[in-house]
Amino acid sequence: MSTDRSTDRSTEQPNPGQAHLQPHEEWHPSPADHVSVAVVKADDRVPAVHIWRDVHATPQQVMRAHTDPELFARWIGPHDLTTEIDVWECRTLGSYRYVQRRGEESYAFRGTFPYVGDDRIVQTFCYEEWPQAIALETMTFTAMGDGRTRIHGVSLCDSFESRDAFLASGMETGVNEGYEKLDRLLSDGGTH
Amino acid sequence: MTDPLSQVFAALADPTRRDMVARLADGDATLSELAESYDVSLQAVAKHLKVLEGAGLVSRTKQAQRRPVHLEAEVFDLMTRWIERYRRQAQERFTRLDAVLASMEAEASQAGTDQDDKEEAS
Repeated sequence: MSTDRSTDRSTEQPNPGQAHLQPHEEWHPSPADHVSVAVVKADDRVPAVHIWRDVHATPQQVMRAHTDPELFARWIGPHDLTTEIDVWECRTLGSYRYVQRRGEESYAFRGTFPYVGDDRIVQTFCYEEWPQAIALETMTFTAMGDGRTRIHGVSLCDSFESRDAFLASGMETGVNEGYEKLDRLLSDGGTH
Repeated sequence: MTDPLSQVFAALADPTRRDMVARLADGDATLSELAESYDVSLQAVAKHLKVLEGAGLVSRTKQAQRRPVHLEAEVFDLMTRWIERYRRQAQERFTRLDAVLASMEAEASQAGTDQDDKEEAS
């Protein structure tokens, strides 16, 4: 596309507009980084959200905190909801369902575990009130060699719109206002 | 999906439009300046701009000849705030996980101590 841009700029830095076109989906925290505060990144290529966080534990311990229903219910949160595990088969080809309550409100989540390995969990995630927006989540636990384990979570949605609604709603953490927002968003501008 | 939020999501669902928004975050730009950055026709860029305008993400001044495109930061901030809230919720969850892992560690070392005691006793 030719414009009034002069041609003697070839030796200078590339067009600043081009810099935005450099794909940076390859970006991830380096092993040297101490990811003590969760890093969230929306993927540019596919409708996915990445999360990284380091914990002071072995991959085996992190795995157990994810696969043991009693331990899982203690941290999944949010803190103001109680988590009741209904079905829990956290193994390859297993499934799960849990319900979170706050007074009269309840939110149910379910899905399958297509694969549960030594350091990786692959699960489908579905909020029962909105089952058509299923997400595929992969959690990988990598030993950093100094007592830290890096957790890398990828939540893959079925469209960029779903992904952004997922981000905006805080759906994964079951925050009430998030669901209300999500309901409004998905009800063709209906009122709630 | 006709409410403003849906329009914002739909507008940002396209990688070129996402990039245009990122570019406009650096400052206003005209249609032709924007078009230089992309390997698509001027018409295609204009069409993308219409979508962004429709979602309220950008505005264009009517009077000036150049009609620079301006990012409506307030709308964009809303998205940024949501992402930050999502991140904060994740951080809170990981902090709870830290506590569970610490208690597992304590139980394990307690079990280890018990084991040592047993071994010493035997």
